[in-house]
Amino acid sequence: MFIIVVILAATLNFIIPRLAPGDPIGAVLEELRARGASSGGDAEDEIVAAYRARFGLDQPIHLQYLRFLFNTLRFDLGYSISYYPQKVEAALLRSLPWTVGLLAFSTLISFAAGSFFGAMMAWPRAPGFMRRFVPMFMVLSAVPYYLLGLILVYIFAFVMRILPLGGAYSSGTVPRLDLEFLLDVMRHGALPALSIVLTSVGFWALGMRGVMVTVLGEDYLTLAEAKGLPDRRIFFAYAMRNALLPQVTSLAIALGTVASGSVLVEVVFNYPGIGWLLYNALRSSDYYMVQGVTFFLILTVAVSVLIVDLIYPLLDPRIER
Amino acid sequence: MSQDTALQVNNLRVSYMAGEQEVKAVDDVTFSLYPGERLGIVGESGSGKTTLALALMKLHKPPAYIMGGEAMLDGSDILALEREDMRQTRWSKLSLIPQGSMNSLNPVVKIKHQMADAIEAHERGWTRVQIAKHIGELLGRVGLPESVAEMYPHELSGGMKQRVCIALAIILEPSVIIADEPTSALDVVVQRVVMQTLNEVQEQLNAAMIIIGHDMGLMAQSADRLAVMYAGKMVEVSPIGSFFSDPQHPYSQLLISSLPSPEEKRELAAIPGSQPSLLELPTGCAFHPRCPAVVDRCRQEIPLLRRFSDERRAACHLVEETAS
Repeated sequence: MFIIVVILAATLNFIIPRLAPGDPIGAVLEELRARGASSGGDAEDEIVAAYRARFGLDQPIHLQYLRFLFNTLRFDLGYSISYYPQKVEAALLRSLPWTVGLLAFSTLISFAAGSFFGAMMAWPRAPGFMRRFVPMFMVLSAVPYYLLGLILVYIFAFVMRILPLGGAYSSGTVPRLDLEFLLDVMRHGALPALSIVLTSVGFWALGMRGVMVTVLGEDYLTLAEAKGLPDRRIFFAYAMRNALLPQVTSLAIALGTVASGSVLVEVVFNYPGIGWLLYNALRSSDYYMVQGVTFFLILTVAVSVLIVDLIYPLLDPRIER
Repeated sequence: MSQDTALQVNNLRVSYMAGEQEVKAVDDVTFSLYPGERLGIVGESGSGKTTLALALMKLHKPPAYIMGGEAMLDGSDILALEREDMRQTRWSKLSLIPQGSMNSLNPVVKIKHQMADAIEAHERGWTRVQIAKHIGELLGRVGLPESVAEMYPHELSGGMKQRVCIALAIILEPSVIIADEPTSALDVVVQRVVMQTLNEVQEQLNAAMIIIGHDMGLMAQSADRLAVMYAGKMVEVSPIGSFFSDPQHPYSQLLISSLPSPEEKRELAAIPGSQPSLLELPTGCAFHPRCPAVVDRCRQEIPLLRRFSDERRAACHLVEETAS
């Protein structure tokens, strides 16, 4: 199943960039011409042909496909056209830690906080102000990531100037593992993370609230209360524990939308992650890079769904492995 | 009020508030429960049986409110207890065998943990080993293998789940057990054996038990006394033998004649009409529009539950008049 998803993803990946108008060599040439660096003529045609041969673009489409599939499965994603001779996988590996760090961190925070808030909003013995959060979460979950990102940048980085405008670390510093650099990274990550957390926390909270209301009506909750269990135990072990199960399923699905949604966040915040890479690759028709990034995104989703699938039986004994 | 009652309920009133309107689901109910006794409570759906059971454990949820009355258990009125005291009282003195046993166990927690947390919540100071041993022994008492402790609810059949609920109900040896339709989710064969198990463990503990249900056959086999509820009120309370041989309230009489009997072949009688809406109760006796023996007084005056012989009480003007 996992293998089929990967092959299918690779195939779509091959087809879609080739449906787009323009070709990569042409795009580079266009740029050179605009800068007056190329004069056209026979010499140029030869260069074009040479480059097409180097990237395998002169071969019939089905051979291109087979070669692509074979290489992809070996995780050889080819050379980047705009950053030649850099390999795509090298660029990916360089951007990966930033994206994974940002996404894993903010998604987990938002999942945990949202689920807890959602559960409290449905809990009859929670403080009354909890219920007032509902409309706020509804509004937040309707705002797109990047829009909130822009607003946050404007307020915190432009007007108040307490957080940096963008980037993953201050320019001029060299990535290394010490406290100073870590703090710098956290300062830079704060706004993108905050925009992801704020816009997705509502989704988790409202979802959790809905499930929680159903769970609170279950007979086992009445019995738990009849047993004289303390509220805390009923809330966590009986109500929340059961209401979390559908939330975990949503988490697997949401990871996909979060991964692609982060592209825009990274563009807004100039964050050197996978999304930023994809954005630049798209602008320069860098086939191989686009293929590499999208393939990688699909792979991430497939892997995270796989992980959730493997974890699920541990959470719900009714699901057999 | 004698000291030897396990539970003494006086003038209990529970209402559902529908806006400004008060719907009396349990209306002025008084009864006593003696140690070791099994009291059956029967009535149609909506007659207030389950509301009564939940209110006795203070598990009723808004819009249901206790409007008055008291329930004396072990020398104190449980209806007046604070939250934390009530929590401690639940299960240690008063336990519940739930109606929907199919979903009464937490689906994602092992049976042993669901049993152990009831003990832990009441700080008996037992060690883990003692708790585990106690659970194993209890499962044995309700006829389940000890291995059930390690299982999840979905691995058990309906009958087994209900046995787990019975074992759970006696885990702290309460003096009162409330069984709310304990077998209604089970098929007839399993019903019988589960009911036998329930009766056995109740006798061993000498606990008093309230059995709520509408299965008259089951009541005839299990209960010592029977209370009939109609539209939120108790209309007759009698020892089981005299109830079946000589029912007093017209509603009880009709209930019994609607039961099939193996001895005589006769047409089963249905009770004409249906239970009135609690929102628009008829004046006087709530049963008078359906009562075959209705007289003028029934339409005006609400009959009270009065003692008419040593152990029997009924709420009917006619019974009152013939007795006096």
